[in-house]
Amino acid sequence: MEVPILKQGAFLIATFQAALSDADLNQLRMGLVQQVVKFRSRAVIVDVTAMDVMDSFASRTLREIAHMIRLRGAETVIVGIQPEVAFAMVQLGLTLEGVATALDLEEGLAYLNEKFKTTN
Amino acid sequence: MSKRDVASVPPESKRNEEPSELLRELVAHLRQNRTQLREEWVVRISETRLLTAMTKEEIFAEATSVYDSYVEALETEAFEALQAYARNLSERIIPRGVETHEVVGIVLLLRDVLARSLFAKYQNDFKKLNRILDAYEPAANRIANTVAVGFVQERERVIRQQQEAIRELSTPVLQVRERLLILPIIGVIDPQRARQLTEQLLRGIRTNRAKVVVIDITGVAAMDVTVANHLVQTVEASRLLGATVIVTGLSPEIAQTLVTIGVDLGKMNTVGDLQGGIEQAERLLGYKVATLAEPR
Amino acid sequence: MSVGEIRVAINSDQDIVSARQKGRVVANELGFSSGDATLIATAISELARNIVSYARKGQITIRQVNGLNRRGIAVIADDEGPGIADIRQALRDGFSTSGSLGLGLPGVRRLMDEFEITSQLGKGTTVMVKKWRP
Repeated sequence: MEVPILKQGAFLIATFQAALSDADLNQLRMGLVQQVVKFRSRAVIVDVTAMDVMDSFASRTLREIAHMIRLRGAETVIVGIQPEVAFAMVQLGLTLEGVATALDLEEGLAYLNEKFKTTN
Repeated sequence: MSKRDVASVPPESKRNEEPSELLRELVAHLRQNRTQLREEWVVRISETRLLTAMTKEEIFAEATSVYDSYVEALETEAFEALQAYARNLSERIIPRGVETHEVVGIVLLLRDVLARSLFAKYQNDFKKLNRILDAYEPAANRIANTVAVGFVQERERVIRQQQEAIRELSTPVLQVRERLLILPIIGVIDPQRARQLTEQLLRGIRTNRAKVVVIDITGVAAMDVTVANHLVQTVEASRLLGATVIVTGLSPEIAQTLVTIGVDLGKMNTVGDLQGGIEQAERLLGYKVATLAEPR
Repeated sequence: MSVGEIRVAINSDQDIVSARQKGRVVANELGFSSGDATLIATAISELARNIVSYARKGQITIRQVNGLNRRGIAVIADDEGPGIADIRQALRDGFSTSGSLGLGLPGVRRLMDEFEITSQLGKGTTVMVKKWRP
């Protein structure tokens, strides 16, 4: 299953369509980092609205994505975590520490727009 | 326990007939002197400062029915009726603030008043007095026991009912202004309630598109490791939805306890009181609102 | 209503997804709230992942359980992998640290109501978890 990566100005938006396998997640990780380099993006938004389960592997992959992208000098925002998924995640001790989060795509974009306005 | 109690016969009896015969005699005496004994009892109740939450008339009315039920229980040795009466009585007087020691107290007083009248009646026949007391004491003690247990059970039922009512009162997630929610937590938090609170808050964050949440725990009676961990989880889950949580009303004692038992308060954004929390929330929001308004 | 036993062979990471999807369906059929179904699906995901990571293959069994006055769901994960040398350590809680919780078993335990594990070195591991309907 391919994860579409959309380019919107200085940002990349990756939307998780449905339940992803580990292989899909690994592929996404590589793909995102390559595209950040290619487009010299300033930030990546990962939209997980469609994910009904976020287990330790998925959560770890998201953290790794954020980490690698930070090493490229860009920022990552995870958006669209469902309330029920968030509850299950904290029970598992998965808190995505150090990674920015926002309610949905709109909020994620607002957060990044503001951030890059104030630092410029 | 009632069935066995009813079935058992006072162990003091040597001949089967005698105790119940004695009890009959006893009951007749108590019926005959009802007015005088009841009056004596009521006087002792007010002397001992029991049932202070009730008026004189109420005490008298209650005393009359307790007296009659008491004598009836002695007569029939059936405690179901007394038990039902005790529950009924408790139901009426618990809301008036009558305490367990008062109920036990008045029943013991009645036991003593009646015993004294037996002493007076049989003072010239020591043997008979002893046999009468042999019949009277176990029955009287069982009555006291039944009333006390009935009262305590009723009290427990009321307490359980109140606990359920409190639990069902869903803790409100209040929107005070756009993007700002307040969650005042009051009372005891158990795992079930903690989960309910968290789920409610997370849904609230989504529906109201909240950016900041103030959780006020001024009304939380006690905080242990479990509750503290729930609180930390709530904060973390809210952040996963993109909302910042400010915890207010954390007393120095609770803070000290949490630090001592090793709860990481570093993850929590805490402000002394609710007002301070709202002010900080507004600062956070004001900043965001101003910059978000720009693109328009 | 009764739900038959469902077995999912776990041989690859694809099977993790299908196991948790089936688990969610069963949980819904048994009348669990969608919040609970998410917890159950997440637990299945973790258990299935342990099989893939540590034993390569095994199976997940999902079935209804009946207790006194209550009904619930049981998930059994078993494999014939290397087994766990130190179960106590595997269950030690690294509460809210990172995503790398080793076997992730303490987390699974928190997601569910009951947790049982048996493991024999060289023979395999069986984990059974249950969740009761409130």
